[in-house]
Amino acid sequence: MNAALAIIAASFALALGLGLRARRGRQMSLTEWAVGGRAFGAILIFLLLAGEIYTTFTFLGASGWAYGRGAPAFYILCYGAVAYIMSYWLAPAIWRYARTNDLVSQPDFFAHKYDSRPFGILVALVGVVAMIPYLVLQLKGLGIIVSEASLGAVSPTVAIWLGVIAVVVYVMISGIHASAWTAVVKDILILGVAIFLGLYLPARLHGGIGPMFDTIEAQRPGFLTLPATGQSASWFASTVLLTALGFYLWPHTFGSIYSAKASEAFRKNAIVMPLYQLVMLFVFFVGFAALLEVPGLQGTDADLALLRVSVKTFDPWVVGIIGAAGVLTALVPGSMILMSAATILSKNVILRDAPPEDPRLPRLAKGLVPVIAAVALWFTFRGGDSIVALLLMGYAFVTQLAPALLCSLLPRNPLTGAGAIAGLVAGEATVAWVTIGKVSFASLLPDAPTWVQDLNVGFAALIVNVAAATVVSLVGRRGPARA
Amino acid sequence: MRLYRLLPVIPAGALVGSGWIANRLEPRILGLPFLLAWIVGWVVATSVVMLIVYRLDARSPNPAIPPTRVEPE
Repeated sequence: MNAALAIIAASFALALGLGLRARRGRQMSLTEWAVGGRAFGAILIFLLLAGEIYTTFTFLGASGWAYGRGAPAFYILCYGAVAYIMSYWLAPAIWRYARTNDLVSQPDFFAHKYDSRPFGILVALVGVVAMIPYLVLQLKGLGIIVSEASLGAVSPTVAIWLGVIAVVVYVMISGIHASAWTAVVKDILILGVAIFLGLYLPARLHGGIGPMFDTIEAQRPGFLTLPATGQSASWFASTVLLTALGFYLWPHTFGSIYSAKASEAFRKNAIVMPLYQLVMLFVFFVGFAALLEVPGLQGTDADLALLRVSVKTFDPWVVGIIGAAGVLTALVPGSMILMSAATILSKNVILRDAPPEDPRLPRLAKGLVPVIAAVALWFTFRGGDSIVALLLMGYAFVTQLAPALLCSLLPRNPLTGAGAIAGLVAGEATVAWVTIGKVSFASLLPDAPTWVQDLNVGFAALIVNVAAATVVSLVGRRGPARA
Repeated sequence: MRLYRLLPVIPAGALVGSGWIANRLEPRILGLPFLLAWIVGWVVATSVVMLIVYRLDARSPNPAIPPTRVEPE
């Protein structure tokens, strides 16, 4: 067993131990299990939200984008800040409504706001379909991290199985308490690792950050600015807006808003989070440093850039710490997704009539955890590369909830339940068509100016969504009034 | 409507529009390409602006956000 593997194994054990200990004799009702009894303070909420948001996708993906695409990667730094601005007002409103009405899951919110159980079921199904690829991506990332950091001593398959077993066990026993406590360790570790790598690698390999960018610009002119077509300025703006809209609409992120003790936590978060997410800057530096040091990783292999350059540069024990941070970035969101999916399926699809304190609910939800994990494992080993397409579709899926959410927070909701259902169905159908058919604004509007063609095609689905919701709401409102 | 609540539109607009406003390599700031430095600067400014909004909200006598209705519409 090499040093790297020992450190990764220790981090696994620590995560499992913390997760199990987090229960501390609590009586696990569904509210306690899924939203921590609505008793988390500002710091725990901060760590939980940060823990969910900085996943393997950001750790490996952000460095991979910087490595593979250059300046377009900077959008990752922008959308978070825009999302946090919106969260200052959105999150307290969602939290307050959830608390007043004793809500536990995201579909609860929509079903209650629109007084429509079918809408709740629809939102539940959309959420679960969107979350499975997200979970699969975390598992794949976990496998890559452990096998690369252990220099192949542990195969990705073994790593994924171990990771899944650890998460399933601690989620079943401790629920959200486990995620919160693992998130504490994870955040400290990832912060340290990212800043260290981001400063050390450019300095050691290229003599500093400035010289590194000089070399990149000399070798790849235009790599550090946005191109005139394709991932251009209008692509950038539309993608930042869309991703910011979808940011809090992932069911596990939305649900974790409920776990706060006071809404003050979110307003404070909106101040601190933008600064905190500057960690991404250092992750970019790692990707750029790797570009010159380990060139030639193509396509999805670009995601290996951070690990490859680390293995090439450092002693095994340093690689072990990096690997341990990577493992935790997979386990924390993985556990939140598993828990959310189980909560949603049990409360909003299977036992729809049960009140939140019904003892059957936590039993069913815990029983579903291994089932959902098994489905994710199946996709992880059988899914192939199409999973990236599924993830992008998942993000687009949850973003379609934005119109119904924003309208429901207005003083007078312009949408009816039927309208919201029609909008969501039409929006999701458009997302599926656009993703599977690889449709873009360029293919829809071949004669439009470039800036229109480069817009993120997700906007097309939102427009269809809003149009359908408006029409059905207007027709529905008029109908009963006349009768 | 308290006008200071519109302040965050400035950093949000600067970030969303950075591709149009700041898509340049020079001048380099602290070694960073200008586009990246622009984004980093506005992310920091976002925090500052939200702190200002938070402080002003806390000082105003009315609750920061209107009370939520209990009943679903």
